Amino acid sequence: MPVLKNSEDLISLRTSAQETRRKERASEAIIFIGMGTCGIAAGASAVADAIRKELDERNLNTKVVNVGCIGICVKEPLVDIKLPGRARVTYFHVKPKMVPRIIEEHLLGGQIIKKWALAQMADGDDVLEEGLITYQEHPFYSKQIRIALRNCGMINPESIDEYIAADGYLGLNKTLFETDSEDVIEEMKDSGLRGRGGAGFLTGLKWEFCYRARGYPKYIICNADEGDPGAFMDRSILEGDPHAVLEGMIIAGYAIGAPEGYIYCRAEYPLAIERLKKAIAQAHEYNLLGDNILGSDFSFDLKVKEGAGAFVCGEETALIASIEGKRGEPRPRPPYPAVSGLWGKPTNVNNVKSFAITPRIMLKGADWFSSIGTPRSTGTAVFALTGNIKNTGLIEVPMGITLREIIYDIGEGIPNKKKFKAVQTGGPLGGCLPVESLDTPVDFDSLTEAGATMGSGGMIVVDQDTCMVELAHYFLTFASAESCGKCVPCRIGGQRLLEILTRITGGQGKMEDLDEIEYISNNMQEGSLCALGQLTPGPVMASLRFFREEYESHIKDNFCPAGICQGMFGYDISAELCVGCGLCIKACPTGAISGEKKQVHILDQTKCIQCGACYQACNVGAIPIIPKPELTVPAQQ
Amino acid sequence: MSDAPIDLTLLDPILEEFKEQKGAVIPVLQHAQDAYGYLPKEVLSAISKKTGVPQSRLYGVVTFYSQFNLERQGRHIVRVCDGTACHVSGAPKIVDAIGDALNLEPGSSDPDYKYTLEIVYCVGSCGLAPVVVVDDVVHGHTKPDTLVKQLQQLD
Repeated sequence: MPVLKNSEDLISLRTSAQETRRKERASEAIIFIGMGTCGIAAGASAVADAIRKELDERNLNTKVVNVGCIGICVKEPLVDIKLPGRARVTYFHVKPKMVPRIIEEHLLGGQIIKKWALAQMADGDDVLEEGLITYQEHPFYSKQIRIALRNCGMINPESIDEYIAADGYLGLNKTLFETDSEDVIEEMKDSGLRGRGGAGFLTGLKWEFCYRARGYPKYIICNADEGDPGAFMDRSILEGDPHAVLEGMIIAGYAIGAPEGYIYCRAEYPLAIERLKKAIAQAHEYNLLGDNILGSDFSFDLKVKEGAGAFVCGEETALIASIEGKRGEPRPRPPYPAVSGLWGKPTNVNNVKSFAITPRIMLKGADWFSSIGTPRSTGTAVFALTGNIKNTGLIEVPMGITLREIIYDIGEGIPNKKKFKAVQTGGPLGGCLPVESLDTPVDFDSLTEAGATMGSGGMIVVDQDTCMVELAHYFLTFASAESCGKCVPCRIGGQRLLEILTRITGGQGKMEDLDEIEYISNNMQEGSLCALGQLTPGPVMASLRFFREEYESHIKDNFCPAGICQGMFGYDISAELCVGCGLCIKACPTGAISGEKKQVHILDQTKCIQCGACYQACNVGAIPIIPKPELTVPAQQ
Repeated sequence: MSDAPIDLTLLDPILEEFKEQKGAVIPVLQHAQDAYGYLPKEVLSAISKKTGVPQSRLYGVVTFYSQFNLERQGRHIVRVCDGTACHVSGAPKIVDAIGDALNLEPGSSDPDYKYTLEIVYCVGSCGLAPVVVVDDVVHGHTKPDTLVKQLQQLD
């Protein structure tokens, strides 16, 4: 292991690591397997076993590299084959039984299997394969600009050399030897980077507060307590490029004058924790962490703290309490952590993405970063695009892109011929936006103005089959269960809102409830101690604003138009649309549907249990959701 | 309750490891839970005696974080993700199916301590929704009936 005694050592290691990579690319075949949590969940481990077995049987010692998530989760498991001097070709939905053919035809025969291939990427002078699009041409990637995700899926996250070959730790090098604290803070301020955890506070300014605060030691904390349901941006970065986060934290430590840092990572991310610990050990060996980093006067050390499962610990004062070994309850601010944080010392807390972006800003300059995005929201935004959308996955887009571009160009729209209904940004504390808002530019201010929030990057698309009242009920269930209970507006307000929503989704709602929702929400927004309580009403307020008719339909007509709320809808068969295919007859568990082939089918309402099996089975949309039919006992004749 | 006496010596290496560390209450409890499977009263009381942290504070911490269990857990932990992406992709139906087939309420274990059913919010694999984690293995795109069969086949 090389110990990097100074800046020159780092540069020469980078040169040799790049040379090694270049030679490898030109002379060696390599197999890459996407082994993030999502890849593993999709079956990547079995594929990896099959690849090793196949290589063994053929006596091949081809290099196999495990990489992080490249983002397009919907296509996992992903396996890339790279032949010497040729482009890296990605195969998607790879199953163990596909492995022998991929090895035979592509790895050994040099012929790509086009129907299994997703896209290709060329590095340096690699030659592109014919008849296959590049990643830049793939709709999922063509509008992306990857800064925080620059290395995810590209390099082996467990190899510090690969990170260094990809210009890793160069930003730190420049910081340590060409700037002082105030230069770094100025550069960060000029870049316009706003906190990617969701609040959108200017990162450079936050650093300046902490830098100017009196007290020693100071602490740097990375908030990796990614608790929003429907969000996995931070996990992917920690798993796919842990050194980027380390480098950003070391730079922050240098700027603020902090000798020590903590990464507070939720325990639900075991792989991220393992990779972080490995990365920290490697950085120590290379003298990139510890005493006199790269021979400079600056010393910095890092520890990983595992969370224990409490959503509110994403709030910075609660997170600090948790690191101190206490219940993770927020406390009033001021004093802000910049003045009095961990153990009462000045502390700077930033999100994973903010730290992952930092090295790039230091390396390429504030002007480069602020040239991307919009004037008030510079750079890129990372989103976990999920829900009822064709291309689910992790994306990084320039700020200012519209929701429509994200959903229809990158996400390629809604699957199963369904209609778009709403998009939820900002997680359970954000808000949903309807179809009319699709042309809203995605940046901190525009999203807030439109009625949602940027949040930390969850973007959940829902289709016509989602009941917005039930969705609001769902978010409230989550947020009120996660309320720490310390302040009254959040503790009681959340419960009361939940009770109202439970009434409405249960068919017991009253029109006055809608005013009550607004009254309680306003009080929670004004009176709660931390962002959890202030933002808990967000989803219900947004859905009430944009989907009020759905609330009214539940209350006035006892009808859930999306067909979700139990006992508040029924099904019917449309005589115009039914083609008499019999699919619904087969699907119905109670035998409620009858009819001859090619004849309009009939649904017996007395037998229907509203399970929805026919609705899912019908290919032609001939089963409308109707208000629950009034059943009368047939008169005896 | 299990009748076997609780071996408190398992705590010694844990307390030794974190002896010098500031604010180590949570990691000590996490390691203790790894060792015992849950946090029985006896263990909390022993930790309190040996560290000087009042039992009330330990209890406060244990009940605050969802990771800690005061009850014995089943041999197989089934965590159904009800994060937003999973929720809109059918997680509630999975919970119902498991509940019906195995006679389990969310947050509880069966009388034989074979399964514990938990509902969790987001395991960060939303691209594969709905997701169920069985004994730390993440299963994506789960369907209620196949999952129930898989669970029934466990030892």
